[in-house]
Amino acid sequence: MIVLSGVRKRFGEQVVLDRVNFEVQEGETVALMGPSGSGKSVLLKHINGLLRPDAGSVKVDGLEVPTLKRQQLAELRTRIGYVFQNGALFDSMDVFENVRLGIADDSKYRDLDYARDRVRECLRLVNLHPDEMRKLPAQLSGGMRKRVGIARAIAGAPKYLLYDEPTSGLDPVNADVIDELVKRLEEELGVTSVMVTHDVRGAFRVADRLALLYDSTIVLEAPPEEFRASADPRVRAFLERDFDSTSFAA
Amino acid sequence: MPAPFTGPVRFLGRFILSGLAHLGRLSLLVAEVIRGFAQWRIWLPRSVAEAANVGGGSLFIVLMISAFAGAVTALQAGYQWQSSLPAYVLGGVIVETIVLELGPVLIGLVLAGRIGARYAAELGTMRVTEQIDALESLGRSPASHLIIPRVLASTVMVPVLVVIADVVAVGAGWIGVKEVLPITDWDFRYGAQYFWRSFDAWYSLIKAVSFGCAIGLISCYMGFNTKQGAEGVGKSTTAAVVASSVIILLLNVLLARILLHS
Repeated sequence: MIVLSGVRKRFGEQVVLDRVNFEVQEGETVALMGPSGSGKSVLLKHINGLLRPDAGSVKVDGLEVPTLKRQQLAELRTRIGYVFQNGALFDSMDVFENVRLGIADDSKYRDLDYARDRVRECLRLVNLHPDEMRKLPAQLSGGMRKRVGIARAIAGAPKYLLYDEPTSGLDPVNADVIDELVKRLEEELGVTSVMVTHDVRGAFRVADRLALLYDSTIVLEAPPEEFRASADPRVRAFLERDFDSTSFAA
Repeated sequence: MPAPFTGPVRFLGRFILSGLAHLGRLSLLVAEVIRGFAQWRIWLPRSVAEAANVGGGSLFIVLMISAFAGAVTALQAGYQWQSSLPAYVLGGVIVETIVLELGPVLIGLVLAGRIGARYAAELGTMRVTEQIDALESLGRSPASHLIIPRVLASTVMVPVLVVIADVVAVGAGWIGVKEVLPITDWDFRYGAQYFWRSFDAWYSLIKAVSFGCAIGLISCYMGFNTKQGAEGVGKSTTAAVVASSVIILLLNVLLARILLHS
């Protein structure tokens, strides 16, 4: 279970998160939406300790993340898969080595036979052919890079998956493929997921609950139907603007 | 209205605070590196690959520069001392100049540009494209994966390249001085041996190891702390080369004072 309470974060003069409360129950998928620069990725990075809050509490499985010692934090991170916005694949390594790095257990990481099987399995889960294993990230398309990023995140069999805008920059077909994948991983692996996204349509398809981060704070956290029916002007403005642009694109 | 001295005082205060912040972050990085040494299975193979890369990639420029520098040293020494000293003295002057100063410092400065810029740009790009965050989020130590291999590679390979440079420069100096002065091989060898102390080789090596370690550590630090996209990568690359060069010159004076005059 992930619980953020009263989280505050500022960079210089700019307040990015202000008394943010956010909760994710085991086994559910929560979509975190909001305008660009509203602090969604910053919030996500607090969950696996890449950023520390200036005030407030961030708890994962009852552990207070900001106070964890180095070793404890490294251990916690093996339970949290993180999918970066642009994949963040290591340029100098091929797909196999990139995904292999996600294997959390060091003895399994060093066992080449196990690693090969595990990488193949993870690539299958993200709909990639094992032949792609020897390719470098530069030889992959944007959608494939994102899928390799997801494969790396699930290689260590994490309990939680954090997605940072997994569909941004993708065409609608590839965005749908990623959305399907998120849903399938939740069902097949039973992971708890938090997905930061701009894509309202995708969020409604994938998430059990949706949250809107606006003006440095969470203004609404609700199931899809309740979220869609909300009369909050900030929620309405966000949804309608996005629906407008979607219908325009269609 | 602010007092007239507020501006300079504020500037000095900011300068000192920024210097202290750099020192603090560098100390934290060094602590990370020391902790990371326990994961030898990670850094050892990467260090070997990095050393081969750095050594092989820098060899051509090192050979070029050392050959030209050795030849010019010999020609200028020959020009200055063509009639005032016995010919054999030139053997000592050329070898000592190259081994004590020219080899380590010149090659150190060249490698500060070549290796330092590369390390800072690589790590800076990894930082702005979130590859370093990705490594941390996988529960892996950036120190043992990225920093130790680079610092070790430059600490080991700079001395190796300096030894090669010393040999090539002395050879080029030997040939060069024979072209312009009536000096025999025997004169050159006699002069070189007469003024040679075994400590000279150690001194050259100690300097090279210090310069290599400084280049690796400073450029990794600069790259690791890159901010603000492509512009940030450019800034940290420039800063890595400038800071490494300045530290090499400072270490050069410091080591000369400590090792030659204490």
